[in-house]
Amino acid sequence: MSDKPIYMDNAATTRLDPEVFAAMEPFFNKHFGNAASKYYQEGRTAHQAMESARGQLAGLLGADDEKEITITSCATESNNWVINSLLLNGTKKHVITSAIEHHAILEPIEFLEKHHGIKATILPVDERGMVSPQLLKDSITDETALVSIMHANNEIGTVLPIRELADIAHEKGVLFHTDACQTVGKIPVKVNELGADFLSLSAHKFHGPKGTGALYIRKGTRLEPFIRGGGQERGRRAGTSNIPSIVGMGKAAELAGKRIESEAPRERELVEKLWQGLNAKMPKIRRNGDPEKRIPNLLNICVAGVEGEAVLGYLDMYGIMVSSGSACTSGSLDPSHVLLAIGLPAEVAHGSIRFSMSHETEASDVERIIEIMPDVVERLRQMSPTWNG
Amino acid sequence: MDLYSDIVMDHFKNPRNVGAVEKPDGVGEVGNPTCGDMMTITIKVKDEHLSEIKFKTLGCGAAIATSSMMTELAQGKSIEEGMSLTRDMVAEALGGLPPEKMHCSNLAADGLHAAIKDYQEKLGK
Repeated sequence: MSDKPIYMDNAATTRLDPEVFAAMEPFFNKHFGNAASKYYQEGRTAHQAMESARGQLAGLLGADDEKEITITSCATESNNWVINSLLLNGTKKHVITSAIEHHAILEPIEFLEKHHGIKATILPVDERGMVSPQLLKDSITDETALVSIMHANNEIGTVLPIRELADIAHEKGVLFHTDACQTVGKIPVKVNELGADFLSLSAHKFHGPKGTGALYIRKGTRLEPFIRGGGQERGRRAGTSNIPSIVGMGKAAELAGKRIESEAPRERELVEKLWQGLNAKMPKIRRNGDPEKRIPNLLNICVAGVEGEAVLGYLDMYGIMVSSGSACTSGSLDPSHVLLAIGLPAEVAHGSIRFSMSHETEASDVERIIEIMPDVVERLRQMSPTWNG
Repeated sequence: MDLYSDIVMDHFKNPRNVGAVEKPDGVGEVGNPTCGDMMTITIKVKDEHLSEIKFKTLGCGAAIATSSMMTELAQGKSIEEGMSLTRDMVAEALGGLPPEKMHCSNLAADGLHAAIKDYQEKLGK
């Protein structure tokens, strides 16, 4: 069996697709124009390339109008923009979100709570990572400016019922935002089916370049600019347009759209094969997230008797790249807030391992992990004072 | 992992003295599962010297490496020398640890002290 590196951390980032790279290349130094310079050809070339990419992205999302897509530097910016603009500029000062959101939602909200008198309701989730629609309904007040619930969770892969939640917000006249970083390019994400007013995405999660993302803003929805300056993006987001990356994001969106139909079932099958294989060879492991409503490419497990970072370190020796929600890897003393929110005790969460696949993942990669990981875990368990296997 | 020094990686990948000594003279248990690191140190004492030390550790790479390094540093040392072995000495011998690991994953010296105290208590000292 080959010893080629196995990258299975595609929820963190993905490889830039070679076709995307090829599309970007001319826009670094051949077509270098500023898209805002309309009076000569280089500027117009840049502008056309940017608008064509916007069209590709709008196509993937099924947006009614390309103007609903605003380019940003990443989903973190998109998230911060929506939260800050709605809560700082409006008269309503209450925001509702969930306990399993990305830090790019929770941190800006916490900051506004601390320093700007904003009130926040953090909805709990059940053991699968689901938000209760009824609880959302009960949490909305006259003061609520925004509900922000992620489309799919980045650690456990649960897909939340965005349509239902957005409808509840809209019934009470409240705007709805969703962070769709983990779903765009993985499952069909159609803004009109989801019903969200705002949707954040990041190009590098679907084989586009890092440092480029977008915010979908439904037509007729007002959102004060977050970054002011030269009037780019129709005055909504200033800063010279990053043409190579925008072109790359457009191309990546086009490719993802073509792939979804065949890839989603293929990856779902690989994830199942990985889980079955590991579960057959390793006692005392559990699977996290919703068994049905989940993105097709992600498997999150907890392995009793080991700590996640140690498993990562041992797998790295075999060129296997995965991630963990243990305290050591979260950069704090606590394990992942997502794993705690679904009710896992800290000592269980410390043993979490996340595998996330892409169209590049092959069946042989899965087989190799099934072959190596049980031995690695057994070695670490033999070192553990809590393991009596 | 650039996170760790070469010495840490060596002790993490090839930990020395894993396990439990037979009929230990002292046992030290430190850490707790909630914070992610747990350690059990077992020692044999001969002529007031640490003749055998073994560890079992649940934890990250740093926790395993500090355990392993501690057993090497303390091997053959007197009880007094064992009690004066500090966390910083273990970290230094490993070529340093990332700052966030100095506190939570550097428990091995504490584990040794606990094992020695257990030995002394059993002797009725």
